[in-house]
Amino acid sequence: MKTLKEVPAGQTATVRRLGGDGAVRRRIMDMGITKGVSVFVRKTAPLGDPIEVTVRGYELSLRKADAAMIEVG
Amino acid sequence: MSVRIALAGNPNSGKTTLFNALTGSNQFVGNWPGVTVEKKEGRLKGHKEVTIVDLPGIYSLSPYTLEEVVARRFLLEEKPDVILNIVDGTNLERNLYLSTQLLELGIPVVLAVNMLDLLEKSGDQVHIGKLKEKLGCEAVEISALKGNGVMKAAEKALSLAREKKAAPKPCPFQSRVEESLLRVQEELKGMVPEEQKRYFAIKLLERDEQIQKLLPRAVDAGGEIARLEEDMDDDTESIITNERYQYISSIMQDCCRKAARKDTLTLSDKIDKIVTNRILALPIFAVIMFLVYYVSVTTVGDWLTGWTNDTLFGEWIVPGVSSGLAAIHCADWLTSLVADGIVAGVGAVLGFVPQMLVLFLFLAVLESCGYMARVAFIMDRIFRKFGLSGKSFIPMLIGSGCGVPGIMASRTIESDRDRKMTIMTTTFVPCGAKLPIIALIAGAFFGNAGWVAWSAYFVGIAAIVCSGIILKKTRMFAGDPAPFVMELPAYHLPTPGNVLRSMWERGWSFIKKAGTVILLSSIVLWFLQGFGWVDGRFGMLEAEQLENSILAYIGNGIAWMFAPLGWTQGGEGWKMAVAAVTGLIAKENVVTTFGILFGYAEVAEDGAEIWTRLSAVMTGAAAYGFLVFNLLCAPCFAAMGAIKREMNNAKWFWFAIGYQCGLAYLVSLCIYQLGTWVTTGAFGPGTVIAILVVLGFFYLLLRPAREGSRRPAGMKMAAGGR
Repeated sequence: MKTLKEVPAGQTATVRRLGGDGAVRRRIMDMGITKGVSVFVRKTAPLGDPIEVTVRGYELSLRKADAAMIEVG
Repeated sequence: MSVRIALAGNPNSGKTTLFNALTGSNQFVGNWPGVTVEKKEGRLKGHKEVTIVDLPGIYSLSPYTLEEVVARRFLLEEKPDVILNIVDGTNLERNLYLSTQLLELGIPVVLAVNMLDLLEKSGDQVHIGKLKEKLGCEAVEISALKGNGVMKAAEKALSLAREKKAAPKPCPFQSRVEESLLRVQEELKGMVPEEQKRYFAIKLLERDEQIQKLLPRAVDAGGEIARLEEDMDDDTESIITNERYQYISSIMQDCCRKAARKDTLTLSDKIDKIVTNRILALPIFAVIMFLVYYVSVTTVGDWLTGWTNDTLFGEWIVPGVSSGLAAIHCADWLTSLVADGIVAGVGAVLGFVPQMLVLFLFLAVLESCGYMARVAFIMDRIFRKFGLSGKSFIPMLIGSGCGVPGIMASRTIESDRDRKMTIMTTTFVPCGAKLPIIALIAGAFFGNAGWVAWSAYFVGIAAIVCSGIILKKTRMFAGDPAPFVMELPAYHLPTPGNVLRSMWERGWSFIKKAGTVILLSSIVLWFLQGFGWVDGRFGMLEAEQLENSILAYIGNGIAWMFAPLGWTQGGEGWKMAVAAVTGLIAKENVVTTFGILFGYAEVAEDGAEIWTRLSAVMTGAAAYGFLVFNLLCAPCFAAMGAIKREMNNAKWFWFAIGYQCGLAYLVSLCIYQLGTWVTTGAFGPGTVIAILVVLGFFYLLLRPAREGSRRPAGMKMAAGGR
């Protein structure tokens, strides 16, 4: 299954499932990344990590390690 | 009747602006009990009996961050009369997520929809009437920035509170989830107030560990959770979050009309395209950081601090007070206490204030325009390896000028753990006041070699990096790294009022909280330094008689502790100890104290007069160790005051100071012992201990953790290996 980490900048993906647990997972969900939402990957930070995405109409940044827990389709 | 309004909302929703608009200058800033989270309260303009409590900016009522826990506890346990929930109209979907949770608390809610004027510019529309109807709570359109509708929102909240309106109806979930909730609510019968039942039931279903503590007896929702998860093929936390967002999406369809997007970039998008561009981001970052540093540390800040310390206090106030007291024939000791102890102590506090205000002005601008979030975005990759936040860069940069504003700059870091780590390590960077010590040691022992200065910075940075790696593996800092799931807010033009207010609040909190510590310790040290025994009689001393002071006796008493560091040659070890202690007032005092102890009333800033005397009583290895000790040990009182203010907790304050002193001692021990071994070949028990310390250090550094810690390049090796 493809994860958000592998989505190249400039593309949109739909969230299928959230892995991980605890605080990080809850935080990701609280910020609006939930099942079925579409996420647009805007860019990668200048040093290669984290990434910036657009979700539910605003900009969010998250680390690649966390993006790897988000399965997309 | 006194009324309490809780102001709740997401970060960057304009909450602070609204709070300022509602309360004016009538505010009290403090901390929530026992934590470093700031608490603000104020009185509603024109309504003395109405208190507004500004809750921390939060996205959710989850149990995971300090801010959320603080807000939850307040809403649940102190039950404010009404919640004023500010939501950002340009970002309604995510902002309403918190609202759906606030509506469950059994407290009347007024929604203040902010920034709709901005939204309308882009052609989108939000139908307030429909929003009200759908959510079942009051809603008012406001512009916190322009002050439009602000009082109307407050008055609406007030009337709800006065009429004791019933709480709003919480947002409904799909029937299967509601069934489970009903069953859990049955279990809760008689344990919690009727209106809070739904909240408790939801939290129990979410497996919220903190909620059980609030219940008189344990409630087992395990069976219900298992059945619900089985039926919905997901975990309950996800189910409930999904339900909320799904409900919001359905509302959005009814209440919002999106203009047809022509794929045009907003101004904020355009700025962001340049500012976080792959190639341009780092140069732009460097330029902005240079500007902040240049203005707040080297130029304007330095002039202001120099003027306050040297002219205002040095030439006017202290001499003025002295001569004034002399004129009224005040006793010598009293004159000295007032002029050299108290006034100079107050000066030590106030001297930092102008510089700090300049820095806080910058920080406020960077924060409110939205660049601070980008700083974290750009620097995160480097700093998270050491258990720090990308935002730790600014405290450390400022710390190379002065540790006091550096520590205060750590305020911008959200994660409690990252902030504590930053506070503990910021003063390892050599600050301006440590430069004379570096110059003294470089001149007296190493023929003014340039490597001494740059190695000092290297030691400082290595100390931060290694401390970060070692500490994040300890129990105190253990656990997952703080989630870096951060909103990058749209760029805004900062408003002068908010920026100035934030600057003043931070400056004032330094004066108030740190000031007392600095003042008291300055007076104590003034006494220890200025009094002693001459010819068997206790009394006040002349400056040149420092060797007779109480401090000198203490220095003699503790000199043995520093014998392993090589500070004892010629029986003059106590001088190093005394010099190091006087460095607590201000680090540059170390040089002056040496001057006095070696018989010079006054020495140049680099202490050139005493170079030969000093090199006669210490070896090169001991001297470099002495330098490193002074770089790493507890900073000056002003910086300690800042640490105490920012930690807001005695245990953490002492842990920080203890860690710094302990590290300084061990590093300087290794430098002396190993340096002596390498240069002279002398091998003794001290050398063995030093080797053990180094081994222990590598163990702590390299022991397994989640992330592979590279960078074993030891600070001790690099610093002491000559």
